[in-house]
Amino acid sequence: MLDEKEKKDEGPGVGELQQVSTHSPHPSSLVPVSSPVSLDLATFRKRIGSEYWRSLNELSREDFEQVVETEFPQGALALDRGVDRRDFVKLMGASMALGGLAACNRPAEKIVPYVRQPEGLIPGKPIFFASAMPISGYAHGVLVESHMGRPTKIEGNPDHPSSLGATNAFMQASILGLYDPDRSQVVRRLGEISTYSDFLAALQPELKAATSNGAALRILTQTITSPTLGAQIQQVLAQFPGAKWHQWEAAGGHNVREGLRLAFGGYANAVYHFDKADIVVSLDSDALDRGPGHLRHARDFSSRRKVRKGTTSINRLYAIESGPTGIGSIADHRLAVKPSEVAMYARGIAVGLGLVPGVMTEWTGALVRDLQKNRGASIVVVGDEQPPAVHALAMAINQALGNIGSTITITDPVEVAPVNQIDSLRQLVADMNAGAVRTLVMIGGNPVYDAPSDLAFVKAMDKVPFRAHLSPYYDETSMHVHWHIPETHYLESWSDARSHDGSISIIQPLIAPLYNGRSAHELFGALLGGMDQSPYDVVRDYWTAKAGPLNFNNTWRKWLNDGVIAGTALPARNAGGTPAVPGTTDNRQPTTSAYELRILPDPNVYDGRFANNGWLQELPKPQTKITWENVALISPKTAVAIGYGDKRRDELVNEKQTLIANIRYRGQTLRTPIWVVPGHADGTITMFLGYGRTRGGKLASPAEAHSMLAPELAPFHLAGLTMGVDLAPFRFADALHGGAGAEIELTTDGPYAVACTQEHQSLNVADVGEDRGIIRSATFAEYLVKPDFAKEHKREEEQSKESMYPGFEYKSHAWAMVIDTSVCTGCNGCVVACQSENNIPIVGKEQVVAEREMHWLRIDRYYRGDPENPEVFHQPVPCMQCETAPCEPVCPVGATSHSGEGLNDMTYNRCVGTRYCSNNCPYKVRRFNFFHYSDYETPALKAHRNPDVTVRTRGVMEKCTYCVQRINAAKINAEKDGPQGRRVRDGEVVTACQQACPTNAIVFGDMNDPTSLVASLKAEPTNYALLAELNTRPRTTYLGAIRNPNPEIK
Amino acid sequence: MAQIFHRSANTLARVTIFGAVFAAGFVLWAIGGVVRSPYATDQGIEREQPVPFSHQHHVAGLGIDCRYCHTSVETSNFAGIPPTQTCMNCHSQIWTNAEMLEPVRASFATNKPIVWSRVHRLPDFVHFNHSIHVNKGIGCASCHGRIDKMALTYQASPLTMEWCLECHRAPEKFVRPRNEVFNMAYITEDQQSIGPKLVREYNIQKLTACSTCHY
Repeated sequence: MLDEKEKKDEGPGVGELQQVSTHSPHPSSLVPVSSPVSLDLATFRKRIGSEYWRSLNELSREDFEQVVETEFPQGALALDRGVDRRDFVKLMGASMALGGLAACNRPAEKIVPYVRQPEGLIPGKPIFFASAMPISGYAHGVLVESHMGRPTKIEGNPDHPSSLGATNAFMQASILGLYDPDRSQVVRRLGEISTYSDFLAALQPELKAATSNGAALRILTQTITSPTLGAQIQQVLAQFPGAKWHQWEAAGGHNVREGLRLAFGGYANAVYHFDKADIVVSLDSDALDRGPGHLRHARDFSSRRKVRKGTTSINRLYAIESGPTGIGSIADHRLAVKPSEVAMYARGIAVGLGLVPGVMTEWTGALVRDLQKNRGASIVVVGDEQPPAVHALAMAINQALGNIGSTITITDPVEVAPVNQIDSLRQLVADMNAGAVRTLVMIGGNPVYDAPSDLAFVKAMDKVPFRAHLSPYYDETSMHVHWHIPETHYLESWSDARSHDGSISIIQPLIAPLYNGRSAHELFGALLGGMDQSPYDVVRDYWTAKAGPLNFNNTWRKWLNDGVIAGTALPARNAGGTPAVPGTTDNRQPTTSAYELRILPDPNVYDGRFANNGWLQELPKPQTKITWENVALISPKTAVAIGYGDKRRDELVNEKQTLIANIRYRGQTLRTPIWVVPGHADGTITMFLGYGRTRGGKLASPAEAHSMLAPELAPFHLAGLTMGVDLAPFRFADALHGGAGAEIELTTDGPYAVACTQEHQSLNVADVGEDRGIIRSATFAEYLVKPDFAKEHKREEEQSKESMYPGFEYKSHAWAMVIDTSVCTGCNGCVVACQSENNIPIVGKEQVVAEREMHWLRIDRYYRGDPENPEVFHQPVPCMQCETAPCEPVCPVGATSHSGEGLNDMTYNRCVGTRYCSNNCPYKVRRFNFFHYSDYETPALKAHRNPDVTVRTRGVMEKCTYCVQRINAAKINAEKDGPQGRRVRDGEVVTACQQACPTNAIVFGDMNDPTSLVASLKAEPTNYALLAELNTRPRTTYLGAIRNPNPEIK
Repeated sequence: MAQIFHRSANTLARVTIFGAVFAAGFVLWAIGGVVRSPYATDQGIEREQPVPFSHQHHVAGLGIDCRYCHTSVETSNFAGIPPTQTCMNCHSQIWTNAEMLEPVRASFATNKPIVWSRVHRLPDFVHFNHSIHVNKGIGCASCHGRIDKMALTYQASPLTMEWCLECHRAPEKFVRPRNEVFNMAYITEDQQSIGPKLVREYNIQKLTACSTCHY
């Protein structure tokens, strides 16, 4: 039946495609001048005074400012009932009585030294260890900060090729994942608590049976790049002849893998060198924010993007994509097209290069000419959601442009045994259904939740007489197995893994397993009969055999120290030759009537594996700023088409509420909140994996937390007993990433509250009634003519040199920050890094709706131009550390004050919570603990906090401190250096956000040191301050965004 | 109509009104006194310890340097509490059978740490760094008092912010030569001339910004 389906869906031949590409919509026709939405940009500009806008409501709603204004006072309505005399007396009485208690003597505290202190450990000083975090199997090098044996913070490993010191949100948040009290803590047999030795005993008869009939033993893993694990699996397969190994990972780069196979006739790996590319074409890819090597891509790409004095050329980026992405948001040219139409653009480029016959559009022609001018210095990169044929075609294009061997290196595959994972899973399901599987061992993963639903994985799996599952949470799959074994976190066990270019890292643990977890190595050890072998021995023995015992100890120590084994990047391979030009590019018909469905891994919870991580759940998603759930994204035009136009939306609370829609796809229906996103492709619905979990922790699944929630919080979470929507009904093995034929129908259900932070802490309140020059941008050509375009803003002239405040003298240091808005992709690495470094609590969805999220650093997103396909600008906003700070003089208790180095100090113990400072902050960077957000109770969570930063309690204001704990540590170090001490050198203080940033967009340092990087950036002509006209003299400034459009394209 | 109140009520009213001011003043004064008193600061209170360790005996009697046990005082924010092993360096040789030292031997044998009562305790919102003070010429005794005279350790200073600021505002009054930092008995007659000289020589700053300690 499946075969029939595939045939039916087979794409048009070359001739037909030709026709299609002739008819392919010209970009200008995709973006109609007068859109049917009642959005008139000219009127809007007149009203707001700015060409930049933040949300559709701002465009459409006349009374937008009032709406924002009335909603602005955080929790002002909470006191609408008033307080009567009796309540007042009661409260005061209670306060007096309890106040007396609070003044009682401090409880005695214990102090517990070591019995034998480990060598090299200095109490109070953190130690950093190199390790690597595997994401979808691929290693991302990290340095882990450890305080007295407790890992507390993740940093990128500057020596690791996939990181170069940068981290993404997943890596930063993994420290919380380690301590997560919801992780599985016991072995379970049919859900009942059991022991690991009972499991081993139960496994013995299975293994005995497998010795005679190996075919009955099946192993299911996720993608594996670990050489040691690979070797162990091979041993198992050798020991039990006929045993089979299957791999499945929901967001596993299936199309990239198959596309390269199609191009090169066998599995391969492509390593992109964005630092060598002058022209980048992204075809529905998210190359800077997702997939192996994305951190490296972002670092390399941005190195060619930054405009400094003397820059004569920068790279150019074209993005043709269906929904908003990080790479699309900094593109010079961006088209929003249906997923199926992306292939036509790939085809168009191929036509232009003479690879295939046909006709191309004018737009594509300009793009092709640009590519041809930069032969050997361009990259065409395709996203994982595009079918393999498009990947193969892109490789042919890259070959024709001479990119392969220069900007792209083709190597042998990084994975131990690359397979078509869909086929692999399908085969397993067929065998299970046929009763051929007696023993199924699942190493990680959660196939019951994330396998394509048409495979009916659970039904098949339930037929297997012995099922075991190793996983970090007691999740959906664990519920359906005989034996559940808790899995170790990567910071708890030894292993190894390869990175995007093949470089090998030894994964070294920082702490013994907190929750009795076992690693995959141990489980394979059990299968092989060597049960007493520790993961350390397994990994070390493997590498001893590889490297030879001679002097191995030193070699091993060097590997562990470096975090990467030098020289293990895979070499470029010649074999494979010229990539084949595929006959057809797409088996999906471009459609006009029905909607196309796009299914992506969620930017925050990925395929659901991070669903119980509060930091990631509360993180505003990079492009939509939505937290705590998934919604279906549609374009403004599509919204109008389904009857969800501006008028309808204006009835709802601005950017906080939406309606529910029914989405139908292949006979299945899902009810989901919808969200209108500027720049989304028309006729396309984007949905995200990873939500609607029914198991796997209190945050992943509120149902699990039902009994534990405080009653006043319960109704909010328990609306549907799941958080977000599970896409299972829409997931089919032949269309993992969605396809054509979806329908969407708006219901009247709602309003449904969505925790979207887009309009929180807004700078743009129109109390000035005109453009405040928050985002300033120019094209590179304009920059060359007028480098100081950012200083031209009319608001700038109002800046006065005079001040009512006495001037401060900054004799020693003057800390400052510069953020380059040209390269920020909004990836959120900095936000989670800040959260981790500064012990910032999470608040939960209902508090986010009340605009009480606590992130010290937010990333504002601005649009410019047509809502159908606007330009996007990301602007990270930490505390500006104003020299004449409006927050300081209004504090009645002196809790916020000015330091001699220009910091606006926030003294938590003085704060009495008047919130005057927050009210007076024009940048809205102060955060207030309305409730007791920090968890003081859970023992596991006490351990993950940074001991150098105070954990704040209820009623206290907090804000970005420029990581003053790091400044102080560096200053103390410098002061102790030599009899007189010395000045802190440039680069000695690195803020958490700066350290995490993949694009090096954030630079921090001492402005008083003329040789510092930050001082040189402050002197850039593009440097500008936010709201400079207020004369706050912010220390944090921005570099204007510079785009580099092709002059041929108007 | 007859007066409700007697004439003397006027005096009573006056006394009450003016007295209230004094009463309020007294309450504030009393609160100020209480928060500075050892009752609130724990100053001078000896703590019961699992082993009645005597600094007097070890420092004054035997002449052991502070840094023999408090190893990280020059490098880290935390001076370090010696691991059991440090005790056993000597006590595996001398006083090997002393009953008083049984918890130490037990700890070493069972690998379970000795749980001491903390004597000096700062609130969690204060970050103090030993190493920078020691490196800039602040003697141990300046804060910890004459440890060498304490049979049982107690907190010699109030550890109030007021007390910290005494020195942070005027370090020249307390700074001593670096080589005298660990000298418990250091006394100088000539602080007025030594102090400012050392402040210049060691490049000591008057750090009174809130974020020096609170973050």
